Amino acid sequence: MTTTVPTGPRTLPPLGPTRKLKVPKQAERTLRNGLTVIAVRRPAVPLVELRLWVPFGRAHLARGAMLSQTMLSGTESMTSVQIAAELQKVGGGLSAGVDPDRLMLSGAGLVTGLDRMLELLAEVLTGASYPSDDVATERDRLVDRIQVAQSQPAHLAREALLKRIYGRHPYATQTPEPGQIRAVRPAALRTLHAERVHPAGAQLVLVGDVQPEKALDAAERALGGWAGAGRVAELPGTPPLEPGPLLLVDRPGSVQSSLRIALPAVPRTDPDHAPLQLANLIFGGYFSSRWVENIREDKGYTYGPHSVIEHSVAGSVLVAAAEVATEVTGPALLETTYELGRLASLPPKPEELEQARQYALGTLQLGMSTQAGLAALTSAYAGNGLRLDFLAEYAVRLAKATTDDVARVAAHYLAPARAAVVVLGDAERVSPGLAALTAVRTEPVQR
Amino acid sequence: MAARRSRIPATKYPVERFTLDNGLRVVLTPDRSAPVIGVAVVYDVGIRSEPEGRTGFAHLFEHLMFQGSENLEKLAHFRHVQGAGGTFNGSTHLDYTDYFETLPSNALERALFLEADRMRGPRLTEENLRNQVDVVKEEIRVNVLNRPYGGFPWLTLPPVMFDTFPNAHDGYGSFDDLESATVADAADFFRRYYASGNAVLAVSGDIDVAEATELVTRHFGDVPARPAPRRPAFTEPDLTAERRTSYTDALAPLPAVAGAWRVPDPVTDFAAYLPYVVLAEVLTDGDASRLVERLVQRDRTVTSLGGYLGFMGDPFDVRDPTALLLQAHLPPGGDVDKVLRTMDEELDRLATDGLTEGELARTQARMATHLLRDTDAVLGRALRMAVLEQQRGEPGLLNDLPRLVGEVTEEQVRSAAATLRPERRAAVEVIAGGAR
Repeated sequence: MTTTVPTGPRTLPPLGPTRKLKVPKQAERTLRNGLTVIAVRRPAVPLVELRLWVPFGRAHLARGAMLSQTMLSGTESMTSVQIAAELQKVGGGLSAGVDPDRLMLSGAGLVTGLDRMLELLAEVLTGASYPSDDVATERDRLVDRIQVAQSQPAHLAREALLKRIYGRHPYATQTPEPGQIRAVRPAALRTLHAERVHPAGAQLVLVGDVQPEKALDAAERALGGWAGAGRVAELPGTPPLEPGPLLLVDRPGSVQSSLRIALPAVPRTDPDHAPLQLANLIFGGYFSSRWVENIREDKGYTYGPHSVIEHSVAGSVLVAAAEVATEVTGPALLETTYELGRLASLPPKPEELEQARQYALGTLQLGMSTQAGLAALTSAYAGNGLRLDFLAEYAVRLAKATTDDVARVAAHYLAPARAAVVVLGDAERVSPGLAALTAVRTEPVQR
Repeated sequence: MAARRSRIPATKYPVERFTLDNGLRVVLTPDRSAPVIGVAVVYDVGIRSEPEGRTGFAHLFEHLMFQGSENLEKLAHFRHVQGAGGTFNGSTHLDYTDYFETLPSNALERALFLEADRMRGPRLTEENLRNQVDVVKEEIRVNVLNRPYGGFPWLTLPPVMFDTFPNAHDGYGSFDDLESATVADAADFFRRYYASGNAVLAVSGDIDVAEATELVTRHFGDVPARPAPRRPAFTEPDLTAERRTSYTDALAPLPAVAGAWRVPDPVTDFAAYLPYVVLAEVLTDGDASRLVERLVQRDRTVTSLGGYLGFMGDPFDVRDPTALLLQAHLPPGGDVDKVLRTMDEELDRLATDGLTEGELARTQARMATHLLRDTDAVLGRALRMAVLEQQRGEPGLLNDLPRLVGEVTEEQVRSAAATLRPERRAAVEVIAGGAR
């Protein structure tokens, strides 16, 4: 062994002074067609990020999924290959995706190609033609992709949890059945596009090495002619969580159990949100949380347990997720319930709160430090009626939350008695252990 | 119409390099555009260096580096990083293992302290070892055993292509090997490979170079000097006849196939290697790429497809031997032989007829975007520069990559395609045991 000169214990260096959260330079304009454009300057690399959020609540599930799958498949004057090649020329790319709140077109490219990317975006928004051949190809591919998703435990657990917590709300089912996909025809896609892909209420976010006002001008030139005023669909608020027996979804042969726990949460603007975010961190929202230190670092039941507050337009929910070894499924639930109950019953220690607070504030800075991160944040905020300025206000709320505030929200929102619990796993092996702790209802896996 | 070529832009991140007396190499790359820093320590040891009978040990050891160190209790590392507003992780690759943090820049000294402390020595205890063996087993269950296509193709193709243990074995490890690991093994592994002379420290972002140099010297200067161990050559001869295997994945709903071809040495023959990086993108990047257009859209024999360099998708941080990979998922009942034959046909056509007008330039423009986007993240710069320093002594290459990719010629891409012959290919087929 190499000998070291004993120097006595070394002490952790203190942190330097905190730098205040600085929101980058931005500009915003609502075009005459109703499209809101937000441009944010971060010149670090010569690129631009693009996010277009089109409200898409209550759209037909299978048609919506197929629309996003084929929107870039062709227009009257361009094939899918031409669209992709023209985007590539300027280092660009576009992709489309849907969720129950929105249709999202996103991409990034060399900033010198911003005008061209916007032109091609406009070409697709105003002229997507859903060619029959491409629709047929993409239908089969989407069915294939759904089959692959349905073979993954994380996806199956997610589906079961959504059904369990949302009941009859549109959020309850987010993946269409293969049979529904096969029934989608090009005409239905053209109709859905005409009804729902319109500028009113949509938000375009551009982030990168741009002068914000000039980026707004570019967007106005390219997208000012995007017209159409179709239907606007309001989503009903999400239903309150209904506690009940643990739902055990049987996946025979599973070597792990997927544990999912849903708890109530509030939107970003609610005064309880900042203290709830801190309570969530203390429970399981980061590595140095009670839950991770318990079931991973002490007991070795799992690799990556994590809890997160998910915000959607119609409501927010806190979801805790862990993949645990089949043989310790019961013990893992026991420790989870214990950690939730402990935080709901007793205030956190001041140093635990300080650590969580520093993490929450620091990761705000980290999230804003890339073009892609800024674009994602700006778009998520805009889709929910907020602007980047809200970050500063949120930081103040995080800084001010007291242990009393955190204890109060934890007692209310993290109480295990309010939880909806789903476990996906080998029912024969895990059922007895779970039934020793709580009432269990077992269902076969949905395929 | 002549294809207008997008000008490929470059970054100009400054690079400062120096070496401490104990042999630790240091790279500093300041950028004050956001108040955040990236700190990365890279050790020149990876999956290829683990001993026989100890598969998965490099990765298990990575976990042990987070279990406390000379002045830090278990859990302290995580708490000190996150309590400073930062995030952390580590990862194990074929040729290196990295440890890293992203933090607000006021935590620079703290991050250096934490990394220096574990470079002096982790706390290797029986209890921590058993705990982390359990955690790693759950990681393997999540990523390999409890899901379809687990380890495809990064764990299932190397044993087809390679004959020697370092290149062919399962880098996640067998449960038997993991369970037989001992504290003494870990102490040996640390002494041999986690030497100051075998490591690179990189710091990126909101730093003052003079101040950072002083802090690095203060915290790492008295890490005991140990030289780098000799690194064996892991090279193997190229294939002269096609190799092909198949296995049934009980959870997989669709058939899949991956093929790989050896490529020139990425470090010693970079100029010959780079055309293969471009070729992979010409073949598979987006709807306008060769193989997507042919296999996905025209023939419909493939439902999704990808192509890349390196078994872990690491074109610029892997040493020889490595490969160009093409992989595809097929529709139910799809014919793998036909897909491989069509790939051969397209490679042949590319080698014979060359590229279409503008095809190369647009692919290079897109690659520039991807490369620049990766470097926008402060941590991405620290990690990449640390590995470029370790493997090439050339961290500044990060700034040059978009331009170098842009200088690859059509003739080079054609020549690269011409070498991807079926008789040099190793392929693995996944039989869909979960098809319905």
